[in-house]
Order: sequence, then structure tokens, then C-alpha cells
Amino acid sequence: MTNKHIYINGLGNVSPQKTTDSGHFLQEPFFFETNQLKCIDPGFKQYIPSDLFRRMGRIIKMGITAAKICLQDAKQCNPDGTFLSPDAIVTGTGLGCIEDTEKFLTNMIRNKEEFLTPTSFIQSTHNTVAGQIALLLKCHGHNFTFVHRGFSFESALLDAITQINMEEFSNALVGGTDELTQNSFAITSRLGHWKRKPINTQDLLLDRQRGSIAGEGASFVFLENTKNSGTYAELKGVLMVLNPSSTCELSEKVKAFLELHNLSERNVDLLLLGLNGDSMKDRVYHELVEKCFQNTSLGFFKHLCGEYQTVSSFALWLASMIMKTQNIPTPVRLNHVPEKIRHILIYNHYQAINHSFILISHP
Amino acid sequence: MSQRIFITGTGIISCLGNNLQENLASLLSTKSGLGKIHYIKTILKDELLVGEVPFDLDGLFDLAHINPSDAYSRNALLGIIAAKEAYDHARVLENPGIETGLISATTVGGMDRCDLYYHDFLTNDSRNSYIDVYDCADSTEKIASILKIKGFITTISTACSSAANALMLGARMIQTGHLDRVIAGGCEALTKFHLNGFNALKILDKSPCKPFDRHRAGINLGEGAAYLVLESESALKKTGNQPICELAGWGNACEAFHQTASSPDGIGALLAMKKALDLCGMKPESIDYINAHGTGTDNNDLSEGRAIETLFGSSIPKISSTKPFTGHTTSAAGSIEAILSILCIQQRVIWPNLNFEVPINELHFSPVKTLINNANLNVVMSNSFGFGGNDTSLIFKKTSNI
Repeated sequence: MTNKHIYINGLGNVSPQKTTDSGHFLQEPFFFETNQLKCIDPGFKQYIPSDLFRRMGRIIKMGITAAKICLQDAKQCNPDGTFLSPDAIVTGTGLGCIEDTEKFLTNMIRNKEEFLTPTSFIQSTHNTVAGQIALLLKCHGHNFTFVHRGFSFESALLDAITQINMEEFSNALVGGTDELTQNSFAITSRLGHWKRKPINTQDLLLDRQRGSIAGEGASFVFLENTKNSGTYAELKGVLMVLNPSSTCELSEKVKAFLELHNLSERNVDLLLLGLNGDSMKDRVYHELVEKCFQNTSLGFFKHLCGEYQTVSSFALWLASMIMKTQNIPTPVRLNHVPEKIRHILIYNHYQAINHSFILISHP
Repeated sequence: MSQRIFITGTGIISCLGNNLQENLASLLSTKSGLGKIHYIKTILKDELLVGEVPFDLDGLFDLAHINPSDAYSRNALLGIIAAKEAYDHARVLENPGIETGLISATTVGGMDRCDLYYHDFLTNDSRNSYIDVYDCADSTEKIASILKIKGFITTISTACSSAANALMLGARMIQTGHLDRVIAGGCEALTKFHLNGFNALKILDKSPCKPFDRHRAGINLGEGAAYLVLESESALKKTGNQPICELAGWGNACEAFHQTASSPDGIGALLAMKKALDLCGMKPESIDYINAHGTGTDNNDLSEGRAIETLFGSSIPKISSTKPFTGHTTSAAGSIEAILSILCIQQRVIWPNLNFEVPINELHFSPVKTLINNANLNVVMSNSFGFGGNDTSLIFKKTSNI
């Protein structure tokens, strides 16, 4: 098997920022006084058939909207406005359709298992987003959903990369979706995941409280084995490291991963870090930078979208936009800005257990 | 040339038994594992028939050799028991230095703890250690930790085709050279949550299910876990394992018809079976036996039956659904039935489709009614279909000339 070139040819991102308008690349970022960030409604009604709209869970709306924006961006539309069906749909989600899950669970407990209707149960399965997108696009191709915490979106990317390399298909719609609900926020607050008091999200890295700010989002990329005038970047590869025993182990794996793509640490022009404002969890980012990327330009993003399991899909949107525009938006910058951006590495970890790296290059 | 995928270990727990030998014994005695609910507190207790693994949580802790004071879901314990059996069977521990991954599948995950503690999660700190047990990845990470798997791990959830998709991904990861050995499969514990969900959908049969029968009336839910160890040719040279058989073909397709129902002509099922055949360059006539998805719902069996008739024409292979033995084990069904299919090749038998009496009007075939012995099977197909129209078909073949 030879590795093919795989290009990111379309983006669709529903997030707490104005990310659905590609002409507006974080020029006026939103900052809030909060410890949880929710997505902006980019006009879901435009993207979802009205007969389905009312009963559909929010994460499904977010996912369909991001997927359709991504296909439009990739020019996968017919003259009549209908969409071309992708060869495959692959999604990742940490908790899936948690709002519908909670709805069914709450009704079941409250009504002591009586008078239950199936709608929220039907929509509670994790593959609902991928299934609904396929249904709307009439896509009979490969359809997978990965549900592994901080590896969910990464696994989806790897699955698509593998199959494009095997020539099982030539393109794929790949996304990460997670929604935040009041109950899931309250429950995970018990584990100390979130800052107790609201902060100005702009000051995420300055705040001394334990925990981060919760977030959510739905972000899709359209991958293809050919490049065109709209190409954002070449997707080189994904690395996942489970529970590394030390920063040494991590740095060795990153070096080997870069070497596999004929690169070294010095070739990384921008490293996007998943810093989330929890000093305990952020330590490992600083250690890796200290070890391998001392002179590299650095960026961060969780003050824009919050922390969630598939947040790397937001990061990949950001990296792709930076690559295409060759501009690092001011709020993302942590230090100096490189002259030219040829290679961007995203490093994110979820709860210091699931560490992942995504590498993209100038097409 | 594409890599061959050898199966060198299997592990299973279901209502038929705690390990492979016990499952085999129950199957050979054609004894169904379905019965009343004993271990889940639900008002549906006396109403429904299920395939329950006959242990409470403490019993499963014992079987898994795990300290019962730790926070585990029923799902994770089932997964650990089956994965450990497969791991030992394929002598993974004795053969280190082979790039090994774990791909698991589940949908309801640790919902059994949510059934019990959701109110506590919202109102107090008494059950905090169970919060992280809820999600799908928990069982996978617990299995990885116990088996000390440090390579690629992930979790798939595509409803009732999940575990079949885990096997498919495992095979692909070997073919592309990412891994040399994969432990792949799925686990799903019965929960009050999905018993009530399926009950609200009105697709549960209160008596033993009758797949492919004219008078079929729905599903009996089941639970369990099953894992298979897949090895590449080079891994096989190192381990010296005797392959049980090969995973030769796989195909996944999406119906894109309805969120829960199958299309009347079974387009998704047909595409999945075709893709699986194409991948290994086989013709439909090579298939000696189909272990059907056959849930016992009106919709599935007609749709799957039509797809099978479209693909196989008038020469339909021997076919049966083993769900009357195990119940529908949802996310684990793909790997549980993969093992049941492989047992057919190994034991030269075909499992009967229990409870079948009268064929479906619209279909022109009947499933196997009684246990067939001395069946010479070379190639078997196993189907798994799920919500969201997610359809997967796997093909296993007897290994010759390694």
C-alpha cells in the first residue's frame, strides 16, 4: 500500500464563534464571562428540513449544519442546490446525543418506566448524527461513528485516511460533534473538570482556579485524494498516544511520527496546543514544548470553543484556515509569528489520558 | 497482494455461558439462553423475555477477577471477561513485541450505573466515581488497562452493527500495516434504559422470538461480549498460533432510508453483502451458510430476506438466525455471532433457527430448523444491521495453506 496525498478541500464549523462565515476568520472573536461556551445558532433552519426541525436534538442540528456547510464549501453541490453524496461519512463524538439520552433517562426515572415515547431513545444512539446526514444526502457509503473520548475525532480521521489510502473511496466527510447540556455540565463539575466561578474567557490561561471551561461544537472536513483551487491543506497524518508514562515517551513518539512524514520538530512552523487553563492538565503541554519545540511558534484555541472530547475538530478547522490564509489570528497567538507556514501540528490531550497529534502541510 | 487476516483467539460470554466451551455446549444441546429478568430492577421484569448473563455485578467481578470495590459497569466487566479469554487463547502475553491494538464496540456503555445513580449524579457527591464509567470509551480503556494494551485503541458505536464494524476496522488496520495484531469485538450489558427504549418502540416480543417466521413478533434483548484476536501473516509466524479461520471479506453500507427502520428491499443489507463478497473476490455461490441478523421484527426479517433473495437468487445458502439462542445482544451481536459462525466451520455444524414454523409469505426460503451435523463449511457470512441504517456483512473462511 502506498500512501496517497489527502487534501482538506472543505470546512464546516458550528462553534461558539462566528466560524460558519469563512470570510470572517476570527476577526472579532467573542469572549464571555462564563465557565461554559455554547454554539451560536448559525441559522439551523436554513439547513434542516422544517418537518424534521422541531423534534430533532440540538447536536443533530449542529452536525447536519456543519456537514452541509462543509459540502458547500467543498463545492459538492448540484446546480439545483442539492448535495453530491460523499463516498463516506465518518464521525466522532465523546458523549453523543446526550440531550436526548438525558431526556429519555429522566422521563424513565420520573415516570417509573411508564408512558415512555421512543423519539428521544431513537435519537439517543451515538450514530444518529452520521445516520441523519446520510439520510439527508442519500449517502449509501461507509458510515462509521467513533466514541472514544479524546480519540473520537482522531479515530474518524484515521479511518478515512486508511480507506482513501486503500482506494476504497476517493473522498470522505469527516466530523467531530459534541453538545453541552446543563445536566452534563453539572455532573462533570463534580469531577472538578470546570472552573467554579465564571471567568472572562479571554483570560483562560491566566485564571488560577482548577478546571477549564466547558464547550461544544460540530466541525467537519471534506477530505479528497485530489487537490483543487479551494484546497486548504494536505492532511498528513494522525497520531494517538494512550496514557504515556512520561514526556519522554510522548516526545519520542512525536519525533517518530514527524520522521514518518520526513519532517523533524524544526520543520513545524506552528504548534497549536490544547491548553485549557487547568494548570495541572496544561503542564504536559509546556513540558513537551520545552523538550521539542522551544523555538516553534505556538498557538491555542480553547478560550474560543471550550473543552470537549472532539475539540480537535475545531483545532483542525483553525489549522486549515491558518494554512490557507497564512494568517494566525491575534487571539490564537502565544508567541512569535512565523514568516511562512508550511507545516502545522495540533497537539491536544483529553484528561491527560488521550493524547493526539494531527499534522497538516501546505498543499 | 492484500494481507490475510487470521483469527487466532476467541472469547465470549453470553446467556449461553461464561466462555467459549460453555457457549458451544449450550448451542450443541440446542438450548436457548432466554429467560425472565433476574438482575435488572425494572417493572418490565415479569413481562419480557431476555438473554441475561446469569450473574449480578458481584458475580461478574468474581468472574473477571477484579476487586469489587472499584467502579466498574456491568458492560466493562462483560467486556473484560470475554477479551481476556480471547487474549489468553491467542497467547498474546507470551508473544510480546507485536504491534497490538484494541478495537471495541458498545452503545449503551455504562448506562446500568446511570439507571441507578443518575439522581445522585445530579444531586450529591456519593456516586462520583461512577460518573466516568458512563461513556462508551470506559469499558475499552478498562480492558486495555487490564490487558496492558498500549497501542492503538478506539471504540465504535453504530448501534447493532457496532461489533461487526470493530472487526472490520481491525482487519483494515492490519491490511494497511498499522497493526500486526488486534483484539476486536464488542460488549453490551442489558440496562433499564434500552429495555425501556426498545419497549417504547414496541418491537419486543414477550415470547421467544421467531426470526424469519410469518408470525414473528419482535426482539428478545440479550447481553454479552465477544472478542476475536486477529493476526497478520507476519504476526502468525512469530506466535506460531494455529489459525482458527480467516476473516476474508467485510462490507459496510448505509441504508439512508430511515433512522430506525430498514428499507423494504433491503438496499443497505444488499450493498453490505455485495461489498464483502467483492472485497474477497468471491461469488455468492461460495457462501455455505449465512448467520443472519434475523432479529425477529417484521421489518428486519423481510428486508434482510429480500436482500438475500436479490443477491443469491434461487440458490440460497443454508441460513439461520441465532438470536433465539442468545437474544439480540445489540452492540455485541456482531462479534458474538462472528464467533458462533466460526464455530460452525470448526465444529462442522449449522445452528438451527429456533422457534421457526411457517415461512414469510413474501419470501421463498426457510431457515435451518434443526441442528445440522457433519456440514462441510468452507465459507460463512455473518450479517449485522443497526439503527441509522448501518449495515455490515462479514465473511469468514476456513484456512488452508498458510
